[in-house]
Amino acid sequence: MEPVAIVGVGMTKFERDRVRDTFGDLVFEACTRALDDAGMTIDDIDIVLTGSNDFFDGRTISSMAIMDACGSYDKNVSTVEGDGTFGAAHAVMRVLAGWGTCLYCAHHKGSESVMPLITNAMFDPIYERFLGIDSVTSAALQARAYMDRYGVTEEQCAQVSVKNHGNAFKNPYAQLPLQLTIEDVLASPYVADPIKLLDCCPISDGASAVVIAGAQRAKALDAKPAWVKGIGYNCDAYHLGDRDLSKVDALQAASKTAYAQAGISDPAKEVDLAEVHDTFTYLELMAIEGLGLCRMGEAGEFTAFGNTAQDGRLPVNASGGCISSNPVLVAGLNSIIECALQIRGDAGEHQVDGVKTAVAQGVNGPCGQSQCVWVLGGDE
Amino acid sequence: MAAAEDKKMFLVIESGNVAQPFRWSAGTYGSKFLTEIRDNKKFWGIKCPKCGKVYVPIRSVCGPCYAEMTELVPVSDEGNLITFSVVSFGFVDPSTGKQKPVPYGYAVIKLDGADSYLIHYIDETDPEKLKAGMRVRAVFEEDGKRTGSMMDIKHFELI
Repeated sequence: MEPVAIVGVGMTKFERDRVRDTFGDLVFEACTRALDDAGMTIDDIDIVLTGSNDFFDGRTISSMAIMDACGSYDKNVSTVEGDGTFGAAHAVMRVLAGWGTCLYCAHHKGSESVMPLITNAMFDPIYERFLGIDSVTSAALQARAYMDRYGVTEEQCAQVSVKNHGNAFKNPYAQLPLQLTIEDVLASPYVADPIKLLDCCPISDGASAVVIAGAQRAKALDAKPAWVKGIGYNCDAYHLGDRDLSKVDALQAASKTAYAQAGISDPAKEVDLAEVHDTFTYLELMAIEGLGLCRMGEAGEFTAFGNTAQDGRLPVNASGGCISSNPVLVAGLNSIIECALQIRGDAGEHQVDGVKTAVAQGVNGPCGQSQCVWVLGGDE
Repeated sequence: MAAAEDKKMFLVIESGNVAQPFRWSAGTYGSKFLTEIRDNKKFWGIKCPKCGKVYVPIRSVCGPCYAEMTELVPVSDEGNLITFSVVSFGFVDPSTGKQKPVPYGYAVIKLDGADSYLIHYIDETDPEKLKAGMRVRAVFEEDGKRTGSMMDIKHFELI
């Protein structure tokens, strides 16, 4: 892949019920921060890409409502309705297509709709929706299948909640820092067995943005670039009944593509940090395995030994992860931004020493149906 | 009778009376705009520091300039009719689920002091009596009945 870099990043603080701000206010805050970070103004941006979902926003063609706020007035703008990892991948493609420097932003206000109704509506209306199945209850089925396959325990899942909510204390943008013990997580009420309240992400409002540029532009800026080394994405079956939910086939396939582009042959040794989709605790364990950072079924132990802690051998979700702030769609972009900041050495209090190669993962669809993997690096 | 046979052969699963409710933030400026109409029957605009354009309703960004706006300016409750339509094919009001009686008038209005336009009802249903450029005035819901929504303006009327 020709060299492309993230040259500016910006995000709002993530909060529940951010009633003082409209979608546009959030987008403007994130975009102006990303432009400032890149040392650019909107005049330096050639193309704009946005990320939103009409169901969540409660408006048709939701992206058009924020065109002022993302500076796309009179510019080439389009929208990716999906997680930020996929949206940012399309931003990279547009830069590679020679259309110039791209500002990509994603926004979400989970507080404004009814999450179980919205996520229930992603299921097939003829065969599954009437069951009331939603993001939490479908995740519970996957969690059980995964835990049974490898003998993963609820204690092992609980470690993820303790670690990531703890990490969030050092991230000023995170919504829900919590000081927890494994016992706290285990004692929290079941939402859908085996998932308990403290295994779940919160509902969040916020927006994030990045500026993505080709090599020539990136090198001419004062901004510190984080280079895009590889991107892979793969989709699995839509109907949950068509998949073995305990497996991470799409993630493994996406990882393979991204690592091949990045020239990584042994991710467990070559990756310094990972930001993964942990809306439910078991998903972080599955992601660590699917990304090849440890062997299948061993992420629970890998985590127990402290490998994935902020000061561990391979920190995972040093930002606090989705379990601490989960703006849907924005979440994957946040993972990319965290990786970029870590590579630049700009992650502040949660900076991890010596991050040269970082991996971000995002998902779309029920139970991680579609998976996107990014590899970012400090060198072109 | 192909249609009747089709109905027997091909099933349709009805959604029923499902609702997907939302609670949209009006935000800092939207709240100010609606509160002023509710409490004082006054319209406010917001002025771009770069191009000087006054926007109604108020919002935080001037799109063409990509500039943040903070200067609130009062605008009139009177203005000019820019364009209009008399609607004769009924539309279900999304907030009540009831059909609004037809005919009714829609208007695009430029309030005095504003540069952008407001869309609302006009209480004239004879298109022959409407013409671009006519002077119009807002008619507010009566005191005690205004709730902080755009429906606190009942409609505009010809002056």
